[in-house]
Amino acid sequence: MADVTAPPLRPFPVAPRIAPDAMAASKPYVANEKMQEALGFPGSLVDDWHDRAIAKMGELLGNYRSLRVYLDACVHCGACSDKCHYYLGTGDPKNMPVARQDLMRGVYRRHFTVAGKLFPKLVGATDLTKDLLDDWYKYYNQCSECRRCSVFCPYGIDTAEVTMAAKEILDTVGYGQKYSNEIIGKVHRIGNNLGLPGPALEDTLLGLEEDTKEETGADVKFPLDQKGAEVLLVTPSADFFAEPHVESLIGYAKVFHQAGISWTLSSHASEAGNFGLFIGNYEQMRTIALRIREAALELGVKRIVVGECGHAWRVAYSFWNTLAGIGAGGDDPFARQLQAQLDSRYRQPTHICELTWDLIERGALVLDAEANDHRVVTFHDSCNVARASRMGDTPGGQFEIPRAIVRAVSNRYVEMRPGTTREATFCCGGGGGLLTDELLDLRVKGALPRMESLREVADGHGVNFMATICAICKAQFTKVLPYYGFDRSMVGGVHQLVSTAIRLGAKS
Amino acid sequence: MAAASVLFAALFYAATAVLVVGLALRIRLYAGTPAPLKIPTTPAPVTRGGVALRLVREVAFFESLFKASLWTWLFGWVFHAALALVLLRHLRYFVEPVPAVLAFVQPFGILAGFAMAAGLAGLWARRFLVDRVRYISTPSDHLMLALLLAIAGTGLAMKYLAGTDVVAVKSFFLGLMALDPQPLPADALLYAHLGLVAALMLVFPFSKLLHAPGLFFSPSRNQADDPRERRHLAPWAARLESDGKP
Repeated sequence: MADVTAPPLRPFPVAPRIAPDAMAASKPYVANEKMQEALGFPGSLVDDWHDRAIAKMGELLGNYRSLRVYLDACVHCGACSDKCHYYLGTGDPKNMPVARQDLMRGVYRRHFTVAGKLFPKLVGATDLTKDLLDDWYKYYNQCSECRRCSVFCPYGIDTAEVTMAAKEILDTVGYGQKYSNEIIGKVHRIGNNLGLPGPALEDTLLGLEEDTKEETGADVKFPLDQKGAEVLLVTPSADFFAEPHVESLIGYAKVFHQAGISWTLSSHASEAGNFGLFIGNYEQMRTIALRIREAALELGVKRIVVGECGHAWRVAYSFWNTLAGIGAGGDDPFARQLQAQLDSRYRQPTHICELTWDLIERGALVLDAEANDHRVVTFHDSCNVARASRMGDTPGGQFEIPRAIVRAVSNRYVEMRPGTTREATFCCGGGGGLLTDELLDLRVKGALPRMESLREVADGHGVNFMATICAICKAQFTKVLPYYGFDRSMVGGVHQLVSTAIRLGAKS
Repeated sequence: MAAASVLFAALFYAATAVLVVGLALRIRLYAGTPAPLKIPTTPAPVTRGGVALRLVREVAFFESLFKASLWTWLFGWVFHAALALVLLRHLRYFVEPVPAVLAFVQPFGILAGFAMAAGLAGLWARRFLVDRVRYISTPSDHLMLALLLAIAGTGLAMKYLAGTDVVAVKSFFLGLMALDPQPLPADALLYAHLGLVAALMLVFPFSKLLHAPGLFFSPSRNQADDPRERRHLAPWAARLESDGKP
């Protein structure tokens, strides 16, 4: 592994000068034959990779309007050029969103446009050489698909769409990424990203019940596969044992307990994460999402609630209705089957923050904000929640609702600098399937903009806790905070704060 | 009629055909390509009306670009707004009699000619001065700016340096529209101006000028944020459902 170094914090947040090839050595491990074939991809780079890649690109251009329009529409204005956290942290020009897109746009122009076929040099059209394919592998694995560039693009070009297409093409020619593809294999084989089998999950949950009983004296349950429960909770598997994730799981359980809502986890769908999104593969994303549908039908639940996980909430909120008929408005038999079972008075699916905030507004929870007085809290918006989903009924609810909860359960709250929060939030640096050790240097550098604004509020206001609602953010920050001189336990979940503040004994 | 007039008449018929047919085909391609997933960049409007308003703000004010970079926004917006005024001013060559509103915009159209050139110069300067923008600029990016600047330059030159017979120019274009070509004044500056405009029309459907129709088909901007309320299913995705798992 290359040396892992954190760049110095910038005194003023101006874009760095370009440093060509600064990250040319950064690339994740390639998926092995077994991992590739488990997902129906070729085991290793196929001999006719060039022709297959071009054919796949043609297929994707026909299936995705986003890709077709985005590859045509860019005018190279540079609006996005200083918006990517990986560019800000590394200076590598290929980490500018426009340049990242151009790695594919050049090939698109060469093979799919008149101008590129006739005058390739003039319009920047390029052949797909092995070197370029390697560049695809390197630099499309330096994009966390966070969509920050799409906020600022005058045409809304979303580099994530291009990155996903590139990963799909790379998988198709046998050049897949180990971390994501191995995890998807685990979901299919075992049921969750961490490969935690059913019995182990049951053990873990029993342990949590005992711990929570010891802490609170209350019989807070962590039910698994309980038929007839009101709520199916689908949460990232990291919540089952990783720190600080598990603290939020305890928080959800306490909320359900105090509100008197019966709930259950599912061993069949013991994972909210859906890495099919990261590799841009519709079929994988759909197959993984269908597990939730199957679990809901089998358990007969009335509501589906999603735990603290950014990309999972994007898939759940934006795609579950499409992929698995979880939502409203479908009039086909597939959609009607589940709609008939789910309670239409509730949003389907519901984010755990929506559920908790509704309960708080109705006065159904007893909260003691003073219990969090040892914390000065700030909130980190996670990219997929901020720019690819919503909570509540009005645009921007995804910003207001988690903050409202944090303010309800703690007394000392500080916002980070405008331009680094809400829809302009910076990715933690570990999203999009990059949360793997061999990319640590990239992850540390990509965290730079967030670390700078955290440093400001830590030094200026004594912030010592950064709340977030994403399993990847939590894991990433736990790892990279020390590189910037912060304590790794500074990061935690919104429901970790709820867990601290909630008074179970106060209400039956 | 002089050979040059015939040539220009043919050129403008061809350029118009390429522009209209080329754009129509491109728009049909965009409209016919499914968007299988809901991907509006949020926070996004929750209704179709709200989406229309979002697009109007993007088209009229370049809202996203304003958030991104003030300089690029300033040069880009000034150029586009000025170009719109200049085009409006040029409408007088295509209608007879000239409506009062067109007569009214004439002096503003001239000012806009200078503003357009200034905006273009600013945009071009960024391609040299900002290292990030220099890195991403291709020869065609420079040529496109050169083309537009040359169009503005020749137009202003005809206004201020060497006037041309605008009455004859008007009869040329009215003739073209009536399928009854009339002679064009023999004037090098005019030939250059019209030749460059025809070139712009010819490259439009094959170049990054497709950003104009592209914006309206950009799923991150033109979709409403309502995935929990409406089931959104592309035809090819629906087929997976009928022959796949339940």
